Amino acid sequence: MSGVRVLVGTRKGAFVLTADGTRRDWQVAGPHFGGWEMYHVAGSPADPDRLYASQSSGWFGQLIQRSNDGGKTWEPVDNDFSYEGEAGEHLWYDGTPRPFEFKRIWHLEPSPDDPDLVYAGAEDAAIFRSSDGGRSWQELPALRTHGSAPRWQPGAGGMCLHTIILDPANRERMYVAISAAGAFRTDDGGKTWQPINRGLRSGQLPDEDAEVGHCVHRLAMHPSRPQTLFMQKHWDVMRTDDAGGQWREVSGDLPTDFGFPIAVHAHEPETVYVVPIKSDSEHYPPEGRLRVYRSRTGGTDWEPLTTGLPQADCYVNVLRDAMAVDTLDPCGVYFGTTGGQVYGSADGGDTWAPIVRDLPAVLSVEVQVLP
Amino acid sequence: MIRVVLPAHLKTLAKVGSEVRLEVGGPVTQRGVLDALEARYPMLCGTIRDRHTGQRRPFVRFYACEEDLSNESPDAPLPDRVVNGEEPFLVIGAMAGG
Repeated sequence: MSGVRVLVGTRKGAFVLTADGTRRDWQVAGPHFGGWEMYHVAGSPADPDRLYASQSSGWFGQLIQRSNDGGKTWEPVDNDFSYEGEAGEHLWYDGTPRPFEFKRIWHLEPSPDDPDLVYAGAEDAAIFRSSDGGRSWQELPALRTHGSAPRWQPGAGGMCLHTIILDPANRERMYVAISAAGAFRTDDGGKTWQPINRGLRSGQLPDEDAEVGHCVHRLAMHPSRPQTLFMQKHWDVMRTDDAGGQWREVSGDLPTDFGFPIAVHAHEPETVYVVPIKSDSEHYPPEGRLRVYRSRTGGTDWEPLTTGLPQADCYVNVLRDAMAVDTLDPCGVYFGTTGGQVYGSADGGDTWAPIVRDLPAVLSVEVQVLP
Repeated sequence: MIRVVLPAHLKTLAKVGSEVRLEVGGPVTQRGVLDALEARYPMLCGTIRDRHTGQRRPFVRFYACEEDLSNESPDAPLPDRVVNGEEPFLVIGAMAGG
């Protein structure tokens, strides 16, 4: 029977959770890199034993770790994330110009078919690429030097490039999202980029049709429908069916449309998951009840999933990179909380159980299906 | 032989014990010691000082012989007792939050 491996990044280390295909009994390994902030741990779809991890701290900066044995052992690889050419400027919170300055890697996106090819999303917003398994990194500078970049501003968590989606049908096409600049697409492997934010409504912007300035929290795509993207924006759950040409709101009957993560069912491209959070000033679930909401209609009509989740006195958050789905049947869904719980569902979200309860605050969750 | 003590996280990263002993070619300065340290343990590049400018990271300090040398010139000679190996050069992670 195949198994699953859940890769968890936390504020104080990384953890690897494993189970067989029933997903009932779990083993917890870690912490790896104890005491370090692990913004993301990701596995290569082409070689499940090849893992990449973003390790950082305010004291000692950014490191990238690589494993070739599924997380049993690790080796540091290159950590030189130098912006190419002039760093340029963006807007600071107060609207004054400020130079781009590298701070950390938020997200790692390995290629679907080459274990040595991996992309990295940085704060301050930039995208890097390695084609040698992380031994060297090169920026794709056309994004950071886009004509709109001097107008980009950070979100509360920093000006981070937190989402990278590789189009499985078109190797030259890639989507990224930056908080709080918006979503961008390249159709030529990163040589040029265009903002894809038409239809987003962000109340703080004087120009409703602003090209950039949108606080996109997360994008998700089903591999069979690469033209369709779902977005959890700061407020609003959105959808596009033309690769970002136009977005429409699908928040529908959600109790609140603020939140961070969004995920698509592995086998049902119209089944979408979000975790509504009360507001941007509170950052916890409405009424102290932790509910995942599922839409089986591609948005607009949502149902709460509560079985096995705390329905009283729960005031955790679920961060943008902290939800993932596996490709088993039924589809497994996983998410981690700022309270250190990792919940899993082996039945597409109908029922949930904690895999582990008391980790440090969870920053990211990824899942791999093992042969 | 120059003795260097690293903070706990960097000891773990470099897989070293309580103290590192280094041969430093040329003048024994902060720059010389860190150059030798990073040449022996390349995984430490960027963790103590900026890889390109050489500037000390803000939450890292350098002590030796009960003195804070953090703001000394990187090319200033280190104290004789460090040069002679009688005292270690201490790389300290600032005690701040976390």
